[in-house]
Amino acid sequence: VSIWVARGLRDGVVTTRWPARPDAYAGSWQGPVVVAEADASTDAGCPTGAIAAGRVDQGKCILCGRCVARRPDVFAWSAGPATPVHVRQQLIMPAETDEAVEEARRRLAQRTAVLRRSVHIRHVDAGSDGSEEWEIQALLGPVYDVQRLGIFLTASPRHADVLLVTGAGAPGMASSLRTTYDGMPDPKVVIAAGTDAISGGLLSGAHSGIGDIVPVDIWLPVAPPTPFCLLGALLVAVGRLAGEGRGTR
Amino acid sequence: MTWDKIGSRIAGGDRFAGMFATRRGDGQLVLSAQVTAPDGIDTLEKILPAGAAGYPALTRTVCAAFWYERVIHDSFGVIPDGHPRLVPLILPGEPVPRHVTGYGVFTIPHGPVRSGVLESIEYLVETPGEAIPHLNMRVFYKHRGIADRYPGMTLADGVLLAEHTEGIASVAHALAFCHAAERIAGCEPPPAAALIRVLHAELERIANHLDVAVRLADAAGLAVATARFALHKERVLRLVSGLCGSRFGRGVVVPGGVSAMPRLTPAQILTGIGRLQKPVTADAAALMATSSFLDRLRGTGPLTCERARQHGALGPIGKAAGFADDARLARPYDAYPLLAVPPLRPHTAGDALARLRVRWEEVDQSFGLIRQVADQLSERPVEPGRVPCDVTSGRATGWAEAPQGEVLYDLSVAGDRIAWCVPRSASFHNLVLMHEVFAGDILTDFPFIEASFGLSVAGAAL
Repeated sequence: VSIWVARGLRDGVVTTRWPARPDAYAGSWQGPVVVAEADASTDAGCPTGAIAAGRVDQGKCILCGRCVARRPDVFAWSAGPATPVHVRQQLIMPAETDEAVEEARRRLAQRTAVLRRSVHIRHVDAGSDGSEEWEIQALLGPVYDVQRLGIFLTASPRHADVLLVTGAGAPGMASSLRTTYDGMPDPKVVIAAGTDAISGGLLSGAHSGIGDIVPVDIWLPVAPPTPFCLLGALLVAVGRLAGEGRGTR
Repeated sequence: MTWDKIGSRIAGGDRFAGMFATRRGDGQLVLSAQVTAPDGIDTLEKILPAGAAGYPALTRTVCAAFWYERVIHDSFGVIPDGHPRLVPLILPGEPVPRHVTGYGVFTIPHGPVRSGVLESIEYLVETPGEAIPHLNMRVFYKHRGIADRYPGMTLADGVLLAEHTEGIASVAHALAFCHAAERIAGCEPPPAAALIRVLHAELERIANHLDVAVRLADAAGLAVATARFALHKERVLRLVSGLCGSRFGRGVVVPGGVSAMPRLTPAQILTGIGRLQKPVTADAAALMATSSFLDRLRGTGPLTCERARQHGALGPIGKAAGFADDARLARPYDAYPLLAVPPLRPHTAGDALARLRVRWEEVDQSFGLIRQVADQLSERPVEPGRVPCDVTSGRATGWAEAPQGEVLYDLSVAGDRIAWCVPRSASFHNLVLMHEVFAGDILTDFPFIEASFGLSVAGAAL
């Protein structure tokens, strides 16, 4: 036991202070692709069909970068890491932010006002490739440590406020996902974590994400979302971060 | 090579590596069995005419085909006559009947939604209260039908799908896919690309083995050890993202080479590795000297050497039970023939402890390989990362050694589009062995045994 006391002290505090303080690694990421210059006729060669008629559906973007390499004059990476949104249509760029988005944001804020600084999460894998689970597990590690923010993972849906769903919506998981959702008390928030969960990603020919199985409140693009993206989505979900990069509250 | 030879080939010491079926245009169903050969992987075929209801089950002579024939039955409905247990594996099926009966025996269902952040799978633990006389697994929950998505894809899209097949072994899957494509095209990646591929494959191995250490330490309740290995794993993923922009090395491996040179110089790679290796080695040594931890692993979940050889157990599970068939050594690819891969110590215990020992030795191996790669990269002139990989038609098998063991891809291309592509992950091949390792182990050993297997459900359910 005494070895571990010494080993545990070796690296000092490794935990990020984000979002209270900026974190260099959190800001070092490219987001999903955006259209830099509208050009409806461009053949982007997108493997997931995210690009059509001059618009990019970031909910389908897997960050392969093929369009940016092929037509850097038309497509570009969005600056900074991916940010979660409240309405699926917001991911279709250029986005038309309208009253529906404001309405969705307001309603979610009302529902989650009661959660504040004690949030319990139930994670469900609905057909992921396994990498999303690694990134969620990282949140529990010493570097991200979600517990410092009053966020905890729980085994029982009965104790959960947030349902964090990964994966393309495999048919075998549909009823288990629905049962988990039904088992959670109100108010509850559902996060679709990752491109697969939003649209099926590369499997979109067979699976369409989890939006058809449970009602989604927060859509978090990119495959797989980094731990900082996941952390941001959790804080936006419970109204402690405004979303779309608007800073902390 | 004829189908009837499979039994004698396996008896003669070759390894049964996989089996799948493909439906051809004229309605024929072609069964393909993959068997190791001295210089690669042989594919042995049996053609079933259109409308054939069944064929004599291979499982009767080669028991490692047990799960493979169930998957073929699920996908195509063809019946392997004489198969001992033909119930659905990757499709939902009837509730599993209890194997063990008697007074006080009950079933504990673990999953598919499990305690903790884990992939979806259901373990049905049949127990009288403490011992685990029998375990059933239902893996269909997250079956995504990966192989069905390939037909019609371009090679460039195919490698992206390979990366998303088993996300924690993205590099190994991309490598196996590209090796198949390159074998069809008859091209070889440039020397620098071959080195960069090894760099990413070995970083992936370190990250996966550290993940197993995290889970084992967590199962034993060693909070500091759990945090330490989680920190090291995060640092490995950050090094990978520093190299290529993806924490899982995605987008690096492409048919014909690599997509770009690393964003870090060889000197920076050596510095990064130097910062990692010392604390990882020291923490591993501390873990392997923590007697309360070793007590939980010693003798837990043993796989006999005979079963490991008979099944052809892959990766650390096989190596821990005296059966080592490492694709990097036996069928070397990319830069491995040019690098010195120090041999592992022989292990025969086959238990969770031996599996962890193998992983630590492999981590040492990987650090050494990465150093060699960085040294060689720094001596090379600037050269292109890829050669053209123009494939018009053909078929080949590609392989790579993932952290879980050998990954196989059978790829067929017609008219620059994929006709079929069937991945076989080490996770699928090895997971069935979990049926057999609960010799006298009790419920509290379960997390150790599962973690020590170190498999990915995504790779098993495909």
